[in-house]
Amino acid sequence: MHGALAGGLLATATVPDALTFAVAAIISVVGALGVVLSRNPVHSALMLIMTLFGVAVLFVEEDAQFLAAVQVIVYAGAIVVLFLFVIMLLGVDRNESIAAEPMPAQRWLAVALGVLGLAEVILLARGKWPTGAHTVAGPLHGTGQANVAVLGRSVFTSYLLPFEITSALLVIAVIGAVVLARRPRGSGEDVDPSIGPRVDSGEIVAGGGGSAGRGGAGAGAGSAGAGSAGAVSPEQSIQAERAAGELVTAGEPFGAVLKEAEGVSIVQRRES
Amino acid sequence: MIASLLGALVGSVASSGAFSIPHIDYTAILPELILIGGALLMLAAGALSVRHLPTFAYTVLSAAAGVAALVSGIVLWEKIHGKGRPFTAIAHALSIDGFSTAFVILSACVIIVSSFIADGYLRREGIAGPEYHALALLGASGAMFMAAANDFIVIFLGLEIMSIPLYVLAAMDQRRAESGEAGMKYFVLGAFSSAIFVYGIALTYGATGSTNLAQIAGYLANNVSTNDGLLLAGMGLVLVGFLFKIAAVPFHMWTPDVYQGAPTPATGYMAAIAKVGGFAALLRVFFSTFHSLTATWQPVLWVVAVLTLVLGAVLGLVQRNVKRMLAYSSINHAGFILLGLQAASASGISASLYYVFVYAFLVLGSFAIITVIGRRGDRDHAIESYRGLARSHPMLALAFAVLLLAQAGAPFTTGFLGKLYVVEAAVQSHSYALAVIAMLTGAVAAGFYLRVVFVMYGQGSGAGARADDGAGVGAGVGSAAVPGEALAGHPELAMASAPGGALEVAPGGAGGAVASGATATAGTLVAAPTEPDAGETAPAGAGGAPSPARALPFDLAPTTAVGIAVTVLFTVVLGIWPGPLFAFVHAASLLF
Repeated sequence: MHGALAGGLLATATVPDALTFAVAAIISVVGALGVVLSRNPVHSALMLIMTLFGVAVLFVEEDAQFLAAVQVIVYAGAIVVLFLFVIMLLGVDRNESIAAEPMPAQRWLAVALGVLGLAEVILLARGKWPTGAHTVAGPLHGTGQANVAVLGRSVFTSYLLPFEITSALLVIAVIGAVVLARRPRGSGEDVDPSIGPRVDSGEIVAGGGGSAGRGGAGAGAGSAGAGSAGAVSPEQSIQAERAAGELVTAGEPFGAVLKEAEGVSIVQRRES
Repeated sequence: MIASLLGALVGSVASSGAFSIPHIDYTAILPELILIGGALLMLAAGALSVRHLPTFAYTVLSAAAGVAALVSGIVLWEKIHGKGRPFTAIAHALSIDGFSTAFVILSACVIIVSSFIADGYLRREGIAGPEYHALALLGASGAMFMAAANDFIVIFLGLEIMSIPLYVLAAMDQRRAESGEAGMKYFVLGAFSSAIFVYGIALTYGATGSTNLAQIAGYLANNVSTNDGLLLAGMGLVLVGFLFKIAAVPFHMWTPDVYQGAPTPATGYMAAIAKVGGFAALLRVFFSTFHSLTATWQPVLWVVAVLTLVLGAVLGLVQRNVKRMLAYSSINHAGFILLGLQAASASGISASLYYVFVYAFLVLGSFAIITVIGRRGDRDHAIESYRGLARSHPMLALAFAVLLLAQAGAPFTTGFLGKLYVVEAAVQSHSYALAVIAMLTGAVAAGFYLRVVFVMYGQGSGAGARADDGAGVGAGVGSAAVPGEALAGHPELAMASAPGGALEVAPGGAGGAVASGATATAGTLVAAPTEPDAGETAPAGAGGAPSPARALPFDLAPTTAVGIAVTVLFTVVLGIWPGPLFAFVHAASLLF
């Protein structure tokens, strides 16, 4: 039945269209599988670019050139780069233990929800839903005007206000980022001991037992220390990473774990 | 030269088709522009001033922006109800009618009151800089956009402009780990709900061919489709997005944690403005845009309203933390406001509008008082902190009692009239069961409001009270959730209130020991660091032996006092003399 459906779809398309569709579809599906199946997070991110590129080609095929360009620029260009940035920041060669699942139910739940979502999409796609008369960007295959032109027109006419007030959103994003990234002021009685004195990279030892910081802060400092100790052998820095990772995940009283982390960084110092 | 070039350019654009930039009616968006401009001005002032401006300067700026927005909102109201008529502005993206203007006026009131309330907090905690007020102003502008929106895209943008400042405000207190947790939780769940909302918009657009609310309504009025799954899916997802914002069950999960974790004045602001913006858009979309589908969404809202009413009231009863209790109370209030929408009548919409108006003031005032009692560090929110408040601070206790009784629906307050009004609307539309359930939950909810009042005015003596206190502290510590964070919190807690508080409570050592024993049995944490804190948050010793001389180290800033006074006066005066507000909400009709 699916073959018949695909055959029916392909029969109405011209040969170049069908070929483009097939190639782009294969690219995106292979990329999507790669994202899920590859064990290296960097590979996953790169595979995601492949998928997004395939989808962009499909957009071009549908005469949505603007969407295709945005897809490549925003998703492949910016978002995946952000993913890579985060992955690199956390450490590429860090081994996540996938075997220990914190929420055992979630795999089955994910499968169930995935099936449900797919069923929904198929249901929505197969039914003959009535739709409103005119779409804003014009019909699919041409009023004679380019897709981008129509889009630009509607941005500056019917969607002028939404377009303009997006700027308020950008201002808010900037303020929010500044507010949240800013540390509370350095010293004095205002500072919460639970946040602890700021530990600069590689200076964990100086903090000593007194810097029994929150899990997050301590871990951050720990990994920073590991990262910045340039002369240290990679195994040790990974070790430090792991210790730091335990700090976060274990969430147990910090004394013991922190000492481990300190031990590692003491070793690092001596070597460097 | 340049002029001719521009002329040629314009000419070429004009000749290439019917391209006309829509007329921009600046008076229609003046309130929003004032708030955004005020925020930018504040940020510029903060960045450019050589010395740090005092916090009070930003408060004045913020309140001034609020007053200006209020005035422009009233001007707009007069324009609509005087000579002019309701109209749509800027390519039909906004509809300026009585309904939207009423919500604009309400948002402006919220921003004025909340900037006064926040002032005391910011100075007490030594938080300098314009960010708090700037974010609050921007968030209020988002609520105004939501209220005036005549297009789903504008609603969505307004929702985001309102929500993102709220996420940041919730996470703003970096000294308490719960605040960060609250911000994170709110952000992640809020982002999910926004995605669902946008998906709903997309499906609705697919089904109706427009994002414009009036055009959607027109399409639905002129076309009856037998096969409307796409439209129903879209409407359902849009409803989910709204219900999340207004904290209706089953999308309320974030509410208690976020209300508890956020800095207290931010909680009050959040509770008020999120309900204002959320309900403004929800009422408009469902009552006017999806009006022809009323029979479809009414049963859904019936169920949601019942769940929201019952769950808010019942879970509120078992809370020991006043902020958490008010979070559940706000869920209960959301249920009451939904009652008006469920009635799907003009009087129901007026009733909901009235309730939102009243609720915004009640909740702002309540959280302002909680801010004061939370003391420096913003941590004393266990119900035991309120013991004996009537003796030490009679005016504060009286104000809180009035606000709580109003929330419970006591006569001669706006709270009573609000409840009466929505229940009346439900009865008029023959939702008798819903009306009965609402009144019953109102009675249940009165239980937890009254408990706080009793604690404030009661004597609180004997061993029972002491054990009570211990359990309360245990619950308080337990609700700090992440063990590490709770542990880390303790020294700070002791430290924050040490300068003033420790001396007074010193005689209550025995009580403190009892309390900490109870904490240990409650199985939460190590007893050692808890001890000073138990003596501190639960003035068990002091409460056990009535000592009127015990003075809590509150500092009630004059600005906060003004804010509280305004909310109390609003509640009482308009409760006794309800005419003006009734006339106002009745005149606030929808354009379409």
